[in-house]
Amino acid sequence: MAECDMEKESFVHPYIPNSVPEIKREMLRVIGAGGAHELYMEMIPERLLLGRPMDLPEPILSELDLRRHVESILSRNKSTDEYVSYLGAGCWRHYVPKVCEEIAGRSEFLTAYAGGSHSDLGRYQANFEFQSLICELLGMEVSGIPTYDWGSAAGNAVRMAVRLTGRREVLVPQNVSPARLSIIRNFCDSASQTSRIEVRLVDYDPATGMVDLTDLESKLSEDTAAVYFENPNYLGVIEAEGAAVSDAAHDCGAECVCGVDPISLGVLAAPADYGVDIACGEAQPLGIHMHAGGGSCGFIASRDEERYVAEYPLRLVCVADTAVEGEYGFGQALYERTSYIARENAKDWVGTTTALWGIAAAVYMSLLGPQGMRELGETILQKSHYAAARLDELEGARVPFKTFFKEFPVAFDRPVDEVNEALLGHGIIGGKDEALLGHGIIGGKDLSAEYPELGDAALYCVTEVHSLGVMDGLAAALREVLA
Amino acid sequence: MKVREYHAPRWSEPIIHELSTRGERGFIPPRAEPKVRAKVGPAEGLIPEAMRRRSAPGLPELSQAQVLRHYLRLSQMTLGMEMEIDLGVGTCTMKYSPKVNEELAALIADVHPLQPEETMQGVLEIAYEFGDVFLREISGMDAFTYQPPGGSAGCYNNALIMRKYHRDNGEPERDEVVTTIFSHPCDAATPATAGFKVITLYPNPETGLPSTEALKEAVGPRTAGIFVTNPEDTGIFNKNIDEWTGIVHDAGGLCSYDQANANAILGVTRAREAGFDMLFFNLHKTFSSPHGSSGPGSAAVGVTSDLEEYLPVPVIVKRDGAYRLDYDRPKSIGKVRDFMGNLQVVLRSYAWCMAMGARGLREAAEASMINNQYLAEKVKRIKGVSLPFTGRRLDQARWSLEKLKEETGVGVADVNRRIVDYGVQSMFTSHHPWLVPEPFTPEPCETYSKADIDYWCAALETVCEEAYSDPELVKAAPHRSSNHRVVFDGFDDPERWAMSWRAYKRKRGKD
Repeated sequence: MAECDMEKESFVHPYIPNSVPEIKREMLRVIGAGGAHELYMEMIPERLLLGRPMDLPEPILSELDLRRHVESILSRNKSTDEYVSYLGAGCWRHYVPKVCEEIAGRSEFLTAYAGGSHSDLGRYQANFEFQSLICELLGMEVSGIPTYDWGSAAGNAVRMAVRLTGRREVLVPQNVSPARLSIIRNFCDSASQTSRIEVRLVDYDPATGMVDLTDLESKLSEDTAAVYFENPNYLGVIEAEGAAVSDAAHDCGAECVCGVDPISLGVLAAPADYGVDIACGEAQPLGIHMHAGGGSCGFIASRDEERYVAEYPLRLVCVADTAVEGEYGFGQALYERTSYIARENAKDWVGTTTALWGIAAAVYMSLLGPQGMRELGETILQKSHYAAARLDELEGARVPFKTFFKEFPVAFDRPVDEVNEALLGHGIIGGKDEALLGHGIIGGKDLSAEYPELGDAALYCVTEVHSLGVMDGLAAALREVLA
Repeated sequence: MKVREYHAPRWSEPIIHELSTRGERGFIPPRAEPKVRAKVGPAEGLIPEAMRRRSAPGLPELSQAQVLRHYLRLSQMTLGMEMEIDLGVGTCTMKYSPKVNEELAALIADVHPLQPEETMQGVLEIAYEFGDVFLREISGMDAFTYQPPGGSAGCYNNALIMRKYHRDNGEPERDEVVTTIFSHPCDAATPATAGFKVITLYPNPETGLPSTEALKEAVGPRTAGIFVTNPEDTGIFNKNIDEWTGIVHDAGGLCSYDQANANAILGVTRAREAGFDMLFFNLHKTFSSPHGSSGPGSAAVGVTSDLEEYLPVPVIVKRDGAYRLDYDRPKSIGKVRDFMGNLQVVLRSYAWCMAMGARGLREAAEASMINNQYLAEKVKRIKGVSLPFTGRRLDQARWSLEKLKEETGVGVADVNRRIVDYGVQSMFTSHHPWLVPEPFTPEPCETYSKADIDYWCAALETVCEEAYSDPELVKAAPHRSSNHRVVFDGFDDPERWAMSWRAYKRKRGKD
């Protein structure tokens, strides 16, 4: 049998200490078994054994060769370091301070998992500090270990509101992210005919990009569990009437749930200040690289009221006392709500989510402090408005919404895929940054399928990483492309 | 073997807010250039008045070295897997994550997930080939997605596929799923989130497994499918698993295999031969990506060709030698997470598999399994320890300290606080309910040497001996960890719990 043949040949692998034949023999002697195959036969019926070696590539045993192999494949990528990118739409390029990388790369945090609260005191405290710091930005008092991404956080938050109110309908304006809306719809759908949550869409004002309050009010009813909106919304627009949205929700006895980009919160009002009951959002901008989408890190926060806390699916790290006066310890609040205890009766589920990114975000918020968050918000506002103004001046381009943070749609007089293709092959002309000459531009995300009413529009994202030179370069390149 | 006189770092580190000094700065962001400012004016004017921040967020103010020092101290007070013999944390497969893979994963740090496909061929190739070359052969499944960003999310993904499949087949009344109590809690909680009624099978007290008869009684015209872990959390492999999938299929249901911990069966037994329609692996467990203090991890969901069209969008496909993102999937369940999931995790797992090959993967499985038999020989000799149920365990085993508790008053919670004094992480006990009293679940995967296992067993044995000779010593533990025993009992008390510094200050009257 193949299994027996494989056992005979030695194969010492650097990741497997007990692959050394003498050691294996000694262990088998202690066990009182002849070999692995014999032991497997005791546990797994023969009909279910694969019975042949797997057909896989030969291993690359040298680390140097492995590195070359992977690097060679990855050299076919172009990163936003090489190209100038204007993509956002849920994942954004911001500068990541080196200290964030240093801490997120620390062996202890990188490789810890489910240890005890004494032996992993530092992990618990870092989790608690993430909760504390994000709460300061949001004006809230409770948060938990972050979840997968903004969309999952919004899905959980909406379901919290449904359980809180006992109602089964949520109102969502059409200016939220379509990807997040798809995630929310999955969370709201149900295999049970009677427990489905209805998602009703609300218009947005085509003139401003903001929630259409009249339409919202006409759809609010005693069936409404929650209004979920985003600020800034997917189209980048600041929801100036956020307080009116939450007032309208509250007037109907509904919860107000709002998703935010926390990097805006040095300059934008805290959601708690305009009546939001449950805040959620995406922490990736706070010191986490994009990782081709792998940097996502969703959070949920609320006031410190028992009725909210009882509905969280997340692990909620709680500060505690120890046997020594003045010393901090940690544990988990209302742990029995979680799926680890309550299984199918839990509040949704919790699992391995994004704790490491939460720690990186805690470092980021600690580094920037109140002044850094304000200045960064100002920089992003000014730069994104500068870029928008430059593009709006171009023949064949128009920026429809004027009140935005970081992202804004640009409507062109020709299809976005044509514009983007031309930009990608375009060396920056007229830019002051000589180093960028000859490199392509990755244009904004094509909105024409998701938002046909905006015409041939793309969602542009401008952050602190975009210099005056590259923004002027974009305007020059677009002038040429649109000519 | 002598146990070490370990002592954890104990910095008595304050909460970061307590380290704040007004005016200090850790980082200065870039400012807009004068020409930019001249064109758009002050930032405040760009925000509608009602949405301007009125008061600065209550973030701490620290210089850069002070922030770094604080978090370095916190990291030191964390007993990460790389620091110690982490085989006590079973069901989690705390294996070594090769350091070189960290550098390789960082190569996609600045790639945006919505870039044009032609600028992402490298990362798309790795993701596609990892499924097509490795996972297809390892599992026998046909098509893969990594969009679910964790194991439980993979299980949820499969519940959504099950829901849509039956609806599309005109059988929306199928709203019940079956699981077993020793399957991971996600096998119950995520189908429940998707709206399914969950029927849980309990084990025979002798074998540790539910009977096949119990499954037959549980299925019927409302059965949507089964979600089962195998080997179960107990380390026991269900030998009738192919008969089980046959029963569920005969009843019209689908079968989802929880292979989060497939470490001891790589190249040994597969989902396809066991009759499953879909599965998920945890790439942060079996496939070596680091656990990250609890994420980011990743599921790899595999499905048979019959279910491929239900995968979440986009699906990474290969056409004419190029890798593409396919959104045109009318039957897709839509999205379970934004973008394509945690591709840096997939990248690490790809690199790990390339370094292993077929023989290395099989060797990892065998070493894990043999390690567990060896560990069992040593643990079963420790006074106070017992092993419920009969038969060999594959990758891990759920042991009990019930006897120790009865004879000394020292239970697993006490042992777990004491074992850390010997430089060994607290053991994983069990998911709930604790059918095995005072449980612990070691999983000595292939990373651990014979000497590692000997040390770990010596540490456990030392603590158990202490329980008999000096139980108060164990109950008062830890003595050499980063802090002392938590005595707080307000975790369920709204008046006293505090999940943020601002709540803590308010509740303790420190404002």
